[in-house]
Amino acid sequence: MSAARSASRLDRMRGSRLFVPIFALAAILLLDLVFVPGFFKLEMKDGHLYGSLVDILRNSVPTVVLALGMTLVIATGGVDLSVGAVMAIAASVACILIDPRIVGVNLQGNITAVVGDPTYSFMPIPVVILVSLLAAIVCGLWNGLLVAFFRIQPMVATLILMIAGRGIAQLLTNSTKIIIFNDAFAYIGNGFIVLPFSLAIVAALFAGAWLLTRRTAIGLFVESVGISFRASLYTGINEKLIKLFVYAFCGFCAGIAGLIAVSSIRTSDANQIGLYTELDAILAVVIGGTVLGSGGRFSLLGSVLGALVIQATQTSMYAIGVPASAITAVKAVMVIVVIVLYSRQVQDAGVIISTRLGRRQTAA
Amino acid sequence: MTGSETDIVVMDSIDKSFPGVHALDRVNFRLAHGEIHALVGENGAGKSTLVRILTGAERQDSGTISLDGVEVVIKSPPHAQALGISTVYQEVNLCPNLTVAENLLIGRQPRKWGRIDWKAMNRQASEMLRGLDIEIDVTQRLDSYSIAIQQMTAIARALVISSARILVLDEPTSSLTAHETEQLFRVMRKLKGEGIAILFITHFLDQVYEVSDRVSVLRNGTLVGMYETANLSRLALITLMLGRSLTETEDIARQKIESGRHIGTDALLEAEGIGLVGSIAPFDLVLHAGEVVGVAGLLGSGRTEMAQLLFGIDQPTSGSMTIDGKTVKKYSPIGSIERGVALCPEDRKAEGIVADLTVRENIIMAMQARRGWFRHLSMSEQYEIADKYIKLLNIATPSADQPIRNLSGGNQQKVILARWLATNPRLLILDEPTRGIDVGTKADIQKLVLALAEDGKSCVFISSELEEVLRTSHRIVVLRDRAKVTEFAGDIDEHSIMQAMAGSEAEAGSEAMAGSGA
Repeated sequence: MSAARSASRLDRMRGSRLFVPIFALAAILLLDLVFVPGFFKLEMKDGHLYGSLVDILRNSVPTVVLALGMTLVIATGGVDLSVGAVMAIAASVACILIDPRIVGVNLQGNITAVVGDPTYSFMPIPVVILVSLLAAIVCGLWNGLLVAFFRIQPMVATLILMIAGRGIAQLLTNSTKIIIFNDAFAYIGNGFIVLPFSLAIVAALFAGAWLLTRRTAIGLFVESVGISFRASLYTGINEKLIKLFVYAFCGFCAGIAGLIAVSSIRTSDANQIGLYTELDAILAVVIGGTVLGSGGRFSLLGSVLGALVIQATQTSMYAIGVPASAITAVKAVMVIVVIVLYSRQVQDAGVIISTRLGRRQTAA
Repeated sequence: MTGSETDIVVMDSIDKSFPGVHALDRVNFRLAHGEIHALVGENGAGKSTLVRILTGAERQDSGTISLDGVEVVIKSPPHAQALGISTVYQEVNLCPNLTVAENLLIGRQPRKWGRIDWKAMNRQASEMLRGLDIEIDVTQRLDSYSIAIQQMTAIARALVISSARILVLDEPTSSLTAHETEQLFRVMRKLKGEGIAILFITHFLDQVYEVSDRVSVLRNGTLVGMYETANLSRLALITLMLGRSLTETEDIARQKIESGRHIGTDALLEAEGIGLVGSIAPFDLVLHAGEVVGVAGLLGSGRTEMAQLLFGIDQPTSGSMTIDGKTVKKYSPIGSIERGVALCPEDRKAEGIVADLTVRENIIMAMQARRGWFRHLSMSEQYEIADKYIKLLNIATPSADQPIRNLSGGNQQKVILARWLATNPRLLILDEPTRGIDVGTKADIQKLVLALAEDGKSCVFISSELEEVLRTSHRIVVLRDRAKVTEFAGDIDEHSIMQAMAGSEAEAGSEAMAGSGA
């Protein structure tokens, strides 16, 4: 009796979308426990918590934020390659709103007083944040317009902004790096309330995204459009509007990630901000169990865990002593493992193994 | 004919279980040289499981298979082909964007100087098809031909590749017109004459009688029996399939007369000269509450186009439509849903079900779409609605949380009906609601349509089975060549509808018949 029950529990666990990311995260942390002494040590200094685990959480923030938006896009059967470039655009917009000298605005007063003043900002910080996010949303709407209304392949449509976006970001800042002295703005990426402040942003964004998709019909419609947009159309779902929405939301998330990134390095670096982050975001979503290409069922929590898996691997590799230049190779191995784990063959083999196990247990 | 020395396939005590289902229970099946053997049964009777075992896609739990008296273990579909068993499925598994010749000879192209000898290839391909009495230009792309020709190409390929002795045809006729079906049957008879054993799976009982020599009936995983088709009456066959006698036809007839008394006098929908260039010619249509209006016509006559126009999938280029006297301004699915119009689309797989979502989600979708993004139905409301319709329509599913793709075709169709009934429509357009569905569920759906009419709803019933249209409709619209030809009401006889469907050539023929009758 109990054997049968444990077999069915095994089935349920394997069937859960979160099985792969949870398993992977546990495996990595286990490796750290064995091979990296002091990996789990946490320290309190000046009311801030320090340690490798905190580092993992903190460094995973941009990927998690991007992955939340990317999850919905991938669920509709699309993909957004432009998120890294949109991060750079949002960062540039924020920087020129704080210090607009580069675009030809003549600041009153003493230049030296402005530069280096930790309270100075041309626009109030809330306006800076709002306008930057708005710019990111406009970028997302542009992607959505191309995909939903002009029926351009998502990969091609978002490639346009991926390439052009960085150019736009450069253009905005006139190809220079603007340095941010404003402390309030820097708090977004550098602040601490025991834990890094950016984690609070992530928590709020996750809660918002979850409520938006699971406490309204949007989640159902997103999945439905991903699985069969024709059936969705015949059912009266406005599939175009759904697609427009998910790309806009993805842009919004990229905007937040861009603000966090520029705030933590205090410099508008249009060449570096968000570079290659789209790939990490896509990988996180895929590890989280949302299917790239065909879309359909999605899991926001899965994507968050996926991002943590990526960051935990990276941090652990550094801790073990793998050089930074070799990290991409490690990531490549991760991609291969993920693809194999989610392949049809392995999934089928899993079914066979678990039924055999179940049978043997019932026999015993 | 039933002598064991003529049997090419002998399947003995085949047993197969899936988790929770005993799909086949000690089934004995025989297939003889040079016969067309029909396999019939309701959905879930075990037809496809039996075929999948024969074609190597599935292995039996116990029991034996012999070919020509030699026991074999069929390991995989390629192995089955090597043994001379070829299968042609309902959906053509070829490359639509290659030419017919390429499709036929791909992987075995004749070569000359190391290059493909196109001339020889096209000649060989033409010969292969000529063997089936088909004369077409094999250098054209496959998708430029009808589904029937494509299917025949698949058959020709199957025959050549494995020099097949056994041909399995899995529901080959479900997307063919009457004429195309006839063409396929000619090929089947010819192959039979050459000694090939044909296993023919179909839902159409007419075709069983038209083409098969013997018929095997499956019910709930057991073989009810094997019969000479000519000696088995149609009623007896249906009784065998269902395990109960079918007085339902009479019930439906009675129900139709009953519901016919409640047809409203005011028009619910009035279309005037509505049409779409390139799709369907302008037509007039009036629908009343409580009325079932059948649409008859051959494949490609504009049946689906008419449905899509009325539901607002397409925008009309001419004419206008009023519902309840109000002129329709916004032609869109969501607009139609708001007006109380619903459409069960023809292509259930692509346009109806959302395969990975659960039965519950599929049922509440249209209702939720009507409520919009933010007036979300709570979980308890969703279960309440889903459970209500699962019970009401007798949907066979373990629970409301089952993904709809795990359901049989008939039950999927019921879920789509439930989806629309949940929106409480006043006009229900049903495009081929019974296609590929077993006899029992078919009758359920026909009865449901009449019950809805009695409830004061208006139904448009589109079907390629004329018998079914006649049985359920109070009035029948006939389409031909993408135009509305005529309308019949009152006592409708099948013959005049067929004449209207077929058009001028048949009219000439029928005049002769009328002459002889007089």
